[in-house]
Amino acid sequence: MSPLLTVLPAAAGALTESGQTSTAEAVLFWTLGPLMVLAALGLLFARKAVHAALAVIFIMISLAFMYVAQGAEFLGVVQVVVYTGAVMMLFLFVLMLVGVDRSDSLVETIRGQRWLGALAGLGLAVVLAGVVGRATYGPPTGLADANLPSNPQAVAYLIFGQHVLAMEVVGALLVTAALGALVLTHRGRLTPKVGQRELAERRLRTGGHPVSLPAPGVYARHNAMDVPALGPDGTPLESSVPRVLRVRGQEADARAYAARIDRVLAGGWAVGAGTFTSDESYRGGPDGPVEGAVTIREPQAPAEDATPEEDGR
Amino acid sequence: MHTLITLTAPAVVPTAAGGVSSVAWSGAQAAVWLVALPLLSSAVLLLLGRRADRWGHWLGVLASAASFVVGLVLLVGLLGLPADQRVQDVDLGTWLDAGALSIGAGLRVDPLSLTFVLLVTFVGTLIHVYSVAYMEHDASRRRFFAYLNLFVAAMLLLVLADSYALLFVGWEGVGLASYLLIGFWNHHTPYAVAAKKAFVANRVGDVGLLVAMGLLFATFGSLDFATVDAGVAGASEGTLTLVGLALLLAACGKSAQFPLQSWLGDAMAGPTPVSALIHAATMVTAGVYLIIRSGAVFTAAPTAQLVVAVVGAITLLFGAIVGCAKDDIKKALAASTMSQIGYMVLAAGLGPIGYAFAIFHLVTHGFFKAGMFLGAGSVMHGMDDQVDMRRFGGLGRYMKITYFTFMAGWLAILGIPPFAGFFSKDKIIEAAFVPVDGEPWRAWVFGTVALVGAGITAFYMSRLFFMTFEGQKRWSTRRDGSEQHPHESPALMTWPMIVLAVGSVGLGWVLSTVGFVEWLEPSVGHTEHEEPVLAVPVLIALTLIAVALGLVLAWRRYAVSTVPVTPPLGTALTRAARVDLHQDAVNDALLVEPGQYLTRSLVYGDKAVVDGAVTGLGRATVALGDLVRRAQNGYARSYAAGMVVGVVVLAFVVLAVRG
Amino acid sequence: MSLTHYLVLAAILFAIGATTVLLRRNAIIVFMGVELMLNSTNLLLVTFSRMHGNLSGQVLAFFVMVVAAAEVVVGLAIIVSIFRTRRSASVDDVNLLKS
Repeated sequence: MSPLLTVLPAAAGALTESGQTSTAEAVLFWTLGPLMVLAALGLLFARKAVHAALAVIFIMISLAFMYVAQGAEFLGVVQVVVYTGAVMMLFLFVLMLVGVDRSDSLVETIRGQRWLGALAGLGLAVVLAGVVGRATYGPPTGLADANLPSNPQAVAYLIFGQHVLAMEVVGALLVTAALGALVLTHRGRLTPKVGQRELAERRLRTGGHPVSLPAPGVYARHNAMDVPALGPDGTPLESSVPRVLRVRGQEADARAYAARIDRVLAGGWAVGAGTFTSDESYRGGPDGPVEGAVTIREPQAPAEDATPEEDGR
Repeated sequence: MHTLITLTAPAVVPTAAGGVSSVAWSGAQAAVWLVALPLLSSAVLLLLGRRADRWGHWLGVLASAASFVVGLVLLVGLLGLPADQRVQDVDLGTWLDAGALSIGAGLRVDPLSLTFVLLVTFVGTLIHVYSVAYMEHDASRRRFFAYLNLFVAAMLLLVLADSYALLFVGWEGVGLASYLLIGFWNHHTPYAVAAKKAFVANRVGDVGLLVAMGLLFATFGSLDFATVDAGVAGASEGTLTLVGLALLLAACGKSAQFPLQSWLGDAMAGPTPVSALIHAATMVTAGVYLIIRSGAVFTAAPTAQLVVAVVGAITLLFGAIVGCAKDDIKKALAASTMSQIGYMVLAAGLGPIGYAFAIFHLVTHGFFKAGMFLGAGSVMHGMDDQVDMRRFGGLGRYMKITYFTFMAGWLAILGIPPFAGFFSKDKIIEAAFVPVDGEPWRAWVFGTVALVGAGITAFYMSRLFFMTFEGQKRWSTRRDGSEQHPHESPALMTWPMIVLAVGSVGLGWVLSTVGFVEWLEPSVGHTEHEEPVLAVPVLIALTLIAVALGLVLAWRRYAVSTVPVTPPLGTALTRAARVDLHQDAVNDALLVEPGQYLTRSLVYGDKAVVDGAVTGLGRATVALGDLVRRAQNGYARSYAAGMVVGVVVLAFVVLAVRG
Repeated sequence: MSLTHYLVLAAILFAIGATTVLLRRNAIIVFMGVELMLNSTNLLLVTFSRMHGNLSGQVLAFFVMVVAAAEVVVGLAIIVSIFRTRRSASVDDVNLLKS
């Protein structure tokens, strides 16, 4: 609060002897007032609801300024917090939820409603202005005395003193309103809830995989994601490769890897740090070149039935 | 309400009803069976349905006869008590208990109610027996007897009730039974309409009874006779007059008195035993019973009493005139009934001096009118249900028993000594001539009306008798085209007629000999006779002269000369009498048509204004909705525009208003 | 310069935000229009707070911010969820409100 107060004249709401406002306040009023009226007209005429909401937000912030200027600092802050911070945000949320539909158009559908409404609004303005203009007010008192020691404290004394019952009731009203909103927007469940158990049972009923899919590469002695795992009989398991890779066609052939692995295990060459190489002159294991004689075992020809792995190995 | 409750406190005032006995006689409890037996029988007959078809009618006869036996037992028991203990109240517990209104269900056994009980059960039993044969070929004979039993039960409840509330139950019960029995052959639309007419006319009267009950409860806080009789001394005459008029309205509805008389003629649509029992002997006299039972009220309200007498006098003449023109034998008898009940109501309107004579005439009338109705039924039975007297003639030679029993009734109603009517009707005429203090015109008016009525009665009853049993044969063919073969009815029908004929002959003499009037005194009170304005022998002579005049006139016109088969045009009075002196037209013009017009107007108003407003509002709303619906295009931005425009407009308005 | 200028600026921003909500179809921009309106309101609150010498305006503006944050969380969740099923962030496509 204090940063806001520092911006404004220290004696907010102070009046001169003749009941006039300070010049600063007059400047504020004559700046904000016309803009607020323009913004209100924008609310009235804006084609898009979001624009209208922005106009209203502007009006409300301006009102907060005016409250503070009139010595109601507490209300000014509450205005910002409640209206611009909560209410108007809620409006925007709902606008986004509901979306924009044809009712945003300004074409009138009820016969005579436009001129009747305009007339009524104009009449209202005339009547209110007439009342305000014709009424006689005593000399304005100003809030200098009432705001002692400070406006929020004075207001707090009133709210929690004289009006404490209203305060309680309003609190109950707020809770009720919140509950009411919950109830109003609640959608009843039309189908039974589907949980983990129901999902598993449905998968089994339709003949799906009973447990989690196998991880790629485990039985293929290779841990790349694109290498399918090998089943106990040496068959590569397609389902172990992530679906994305399969769809993209980036799946590796397990058999090719198997052949090279077998060759390495049999003392063939491999490039270091786990990198296979097709260089026939390379001598060494995965940990680096190997000195001495290396028995090279020729890899077996693939079996006719495409099951190259030998059992019991 | 406390004042009302204090009024219900039993205060024995031995003025109107001769005092209420405080000595309980346990035998009076048997009165419950009077009502219960026919009611049970009726329920059994209705509930068992067709399974009771074979023996149901005998169960009905048995229930009625059993009630009569219970009545006899009660009579013997009551005769064994001293005269001042002959009013026995039987408490059956509390019926209604709502706030200040506490109505006990209780029966009152006293000479008045017991007289009715014996009349109803005795005549009723005879008519039950008669109906066994009369309704033999009717498929629903069991239902008929169920209704008859229901009627007997309701009528007994009516006369035995010790409060207006319970009386009302019986009152409605007899109305229901009457409705069911008039419309017994309701597959004939006119009969069903006649039943409905009787029911509606009775409802008008019932409103009177309800109003009277409301007034009585408001005034006395109770509805039982004892409290009301005791309290009349303290009530205002205006209230009592209102109560009396309301009670009179009820009596008019039930007893077919002017102006609610129109239903009785149509009620003849029912089977003839029904006409004999309900619409001649018993139910139609319930109005007279009500007036006499409420004698205390009427005595305290002379205006109401005068109206009663006036109504009786009008109906007396009305019925007599109508009876002269009717060619339908049953309708002529119905008009006669109306007229005779008019006599009774007149007597009841004369005050305590007439009460006993009204009841006396009621009893004798019950016998001879029932006998004549049964005779008419017998004639119809022998004449293929023909009722037009112009199609009768000379039947006396073919139906000897019917002829003689009918003749007994005829002479009784004419008042020829020593037949029953002489003892009862002449007493009423005498009582009508008794002057009332300060108003001698009443004696002359009512006496003259009663006297003239007796003459007209002699004319129309003789006309009926001669057209039916004397003169030439004017028979038409039967409905199936064959020749008429008038024949005497079976013994089951003739024996009741014979018994009733015996009653018509001797009952008047017997009852006046054994002191019927004194027997009634515990119920209706005792009044010293004042002398009529004319000497009693003169009155008897005048009456007999009037009767003889009517008899001779009828003899010359209907027995000696030829009676045309098609009714002659007749005088204006005859034509009017044929249509019941335009009573239906008057009713239609005064009540039915305005009522229907009002209904139509209301319906139109309802449709045009109320429905219009309502549906209009609905349509406007729909139209507005159609209009506004276009604004609902589903675009959130449009709605937002509406909101903003609204806010702007509102703000403009607010600013403009605030200046 | 007086403080009223801040108010006028806030009014203009508010009106433009509202017009955005009305005219734009993109749900997120519409939302931003909403946020603009909220922010102009906050400016008003802060200015008034200064006018009255009272910090409550600032506290309120603070709460506005928190709530706006909550709103944004839920709103955007909804937009996302709709977008998921319909594949569109236009507010006009969500016109099912129509019968």
